[in-house]
Amino acid sequence: MDARGNVMSKNEYVVTMKGIDKAFPGVQALSDVDFFLKRGEIHALVGENGAGKSTLIKVLTGVEKQDAGEVKLNGKTTNVRSPLHAQELGISTVYQEINLCPNLTVAENILIGREPKRLGGAINWKAMNAQAEEILQRLDVDIDVTKTLGTYPVAIQQMAAIARALEISSAKVLILDEPTSSLDAHETAQLFQVMRKLKSDGVAIIFITHFIDQVYEISDRITVLRNGNLVGTFETASIAHLELIAKMIGRSLTELDEMSQIKLESRRHIKGEAVLQADDLGLTDAIAPFDLELHSGEVVGIAGLLGSGRTDVAHLLFGVQKPDSGSLKVDGKKVQDFSPLASIARGVGLCPEDRKEAGIIDDLTVRENIILALQANRGWFKFLSKQKQYDIADRYIELLNIATPSADQPVGNLSGGNQQKVILARWLATDPQILILDEPTRGIDVGAKAEIQKLVLSLAEDGKACVFISSELEEVLRTSHRITVLREREKVAEFSGEVDEQRIMETMAGSES
Amino acid sequence: MSTFKSGFSLRKVTESRLFFPFVALALILLFDLIAVPGFFRISTRDGNLYGNLIDIVRNASTVSLLAIGMTLVIATGGVDLSVGAVMAIAASVAALLMNPYVLATELPPNIQEMMNDPYFTYQPLWVVILAALAVSIICGLWNGILVAYGRIQPMVATLILMTAGRGIAQLITNGVRIQIFYEPYAFIGQGWIILPFSLYLVAIVFAVAWLLTRKTAIGMFIESVGTNARSSFFSGIGEKKIKLLAYTFCGLTAGIAGLVASSNIKTSDAFNLGQTKELDAILAVVIGGTLMSGGRFSLLASIVGAWVIQAITTSMYAVGVPAFALQAIKAVVVIFVILLYSEQVKNFVQKVTAQKKEA
Repeated sequence: MDARGNVMSKNEYVVTMKGIDKAFPGVQALSDVDFFLKRGEIHALVGENGAGKSTLIKVLTGVEKQDAGEVKLNGKTTNVRSPLHAQELGISTVYQEINLCPNLTVAENILIGREPKRLGGAINWKAMNAQAEEILQRLDVDIDVTKTLGTYPVAIQQMAAIARALEISSAKVLILDEPTSSLDAHETAQLFQVMRKLKSDGVAIIFITHFIDQVYEISDRITVLRNGNLVGTFETASIAHLELIAKMIGRSLTELDEMSQIKLESRRHIKGEAVLQADDLGLTDAIAPFDLELHSGEVVGIAGLLGSGRTDVAHLLFGVQKPDSGSLKVDGKKVQDFSPLASIARGVGLCPEDRKEAGIIDDLTVRENIILALQANRGWFKFLSKQKQYDIADRYIELLNIATPSADQPVGNLSGGNQQKVILARWLATDPQILILDEPTRGIDVGAKAEIQKLVLSLAEDGKACVFISSELEEVLRTSHRITVLREREKVAEFSGEVDEQRIMETMAGSES
Repeated sequence: MSTFKSGFSLRKVTESRLFFPFVALALILLFDLIAVPGFFRISTRDGNLYGNLIDIVRNASTVSLLAIGMTLVIATGGVDLSVGAVMAIAASVAALLMNPYVLATELPPNIQEMMNDPYFTYQPLWVVILAALAVSIICGLWNGILVAYGRIQPMVATLILMTAGRGIAQLITNGVRIQIFYEPYAFIGQGWIILPFSLYLVAIVFAVAWLLTRKTAIGMFIESVGTNARSSFFSGIGEKKIKLLAYTFCGLTAGIAGLVASSNIKTSDAFNLGQTKELDAILAVVIGGTLMSGGRFSLLASIVGAWVIQAITTSMYAVGVPAFALQAIKAVVVIFVILLYSEQVKNFVQKVTAQKKEA
């Protein structure tokens, strides 16, 4: 099943990546990853966030340089210097966010930079439109190329992006990064038709997606990455749905560790009354109405695949977004004002999923980052004295073992794990009653992960209520007293913390019967 | 070189936000020291100090005032292009309140007498000043509302008032340039109490801004919003209120600058007053090391930036560069100064000082 050891004739592979290592400050993004791409195949690349999919693609397309390992194209060792060089070598990428110009015509978008010219340098519009039409027809797309791109639906724009990718490099390798994330079912089908057409023309396609069903519908082979490691490459036909998900989220069945003991202990601390209660809380297009109850001393885990609505639940509970249905009660009081500031005042905290985008403020010091939410709650004028600030910062640096030369270090200089701890410290400093942790251990090393998991349990022991969201099922199971499972933006089940992984995975995948 | 013992503290100095503005200023003054004999001479007259250095800081006071407000706006990740126009509006309001007869159809019989009296004003000085500043605060609020609540890009939002503002200023005075005869008003820009009076104004505004940003949480929130607005939002910081405050304060400093400038030329010139001053203010902030993308800021460094710009002008005049060539030469010097800020040069300087540390 594992293609890793398979010896095939060298010519069969367009792309051979072997032993790829890539580290970013604080994070090993890829370690010893192999990837083989056959001519004329559709090869799905799957894994949760932070698994290393995009880093692998960046190495292949010359955006990043690998620390170790080699890349071969058509059997020849190649050093891909830049994205431009990658295009010259016949590797084209269409990114998730369509990066075309919606205010130019379809033809202009496809041929921009390589327009057919008349003598003297003027653009030959007729030839250009004809050429664009011809390229699109190769994809069986028949549209008016003189209309502006923005007037077409996203799917067509996607086709134009693919057409452009093909035109630029007469691509032998086409990388589609989450191409279906903004397409509806019909549009997806249209895209798949194009992909099959290209496949029959001998183009090798790398298809990155988190929609498992689509992987099964279109791909020939699947490569699974997890935490920067290669889990394996499999023939799509020979791996079951559930097995694939297990590979993605990691299910190395470990013995009962000390964590379960702590969890068992902390169970006794759970109080009867709900500190947080959501009734039919929901937001159109984000998450279907759900119920959720949270008691002090309790950790409630949220399990679900990427895009299942995990983060939307966190955002609703913390007031980042306003719900359009149902109600939320904190401490028995109905919440009227949905905003982070109001939530902090209510004693709710959120460690957001995207640390870089919504968590750290990288130019500010560790100290300032730690006191930020506390100060926001105190307002503009009740400014904490410098001494107080250092006291708080130093306390949490010690408590959470944050590795920093001093409290005055800009937080951007810290490693990912330490940045995560700084954000945790920011919330602990506000002394929250309810703490929502959205992927608190993403992209950080194993040691720090265990520390954070333990911290969550000890917070619960102190009587705080936690919501623990993670793409790693193992972790959710280890820390949570109850587990809520989401699938396709809907709460589908709730289990006690003693449920076995199999059940949860089946529920996540929707294959239970 | 290797005898340099204080490598460690030197490194600290080069990393400071104030280092490069001061280096730029020092280089210009060094040039003056060599090229212009007697440039640093300071004389006293009636107990007041005069000289090129005094001229530099005095002439820089308008841009210094603007730069203080502009620093806060730029630190939030925005920019305010309207400050020059707000200066003109404030000047027009002030001039009209002191001498509204310009617009009257029927003049009082003793008009000539009034005009010749240097202590005649229609409204008392405090009303004049408060009204002008109130109007400039409203201008700032307008900008702030457009940017923070209207979610309009700062450059576009403030461009509206930049162009409309001069029209408003002209409407206020009915298109007339109002001469200012009132002597106490002229003191704002032209008076001296040992040092030029406008310097004290700069010092007061600076102190207020400093206290407001550094002795409350506002400064940290501004830097936080300017560095990463989304993270700030998640941390409960009211981004909109912070921005509104920054633009409003910037409007106020522009109003004060308008009073100083109009007092200097004793006229409300709606069309020319404060023309292109917004660009000088932005340049001063940039020289002060605050990034146009927002984040960390230093008010003092921005004021040094304003001095750098004025020092260039004064030095050029001192060596006899004709007025028409000034802009071009200024541009060359500015390019040089900005080059000092490039990452490459910075890294180089820091590498050099780091080597000294090891030595």
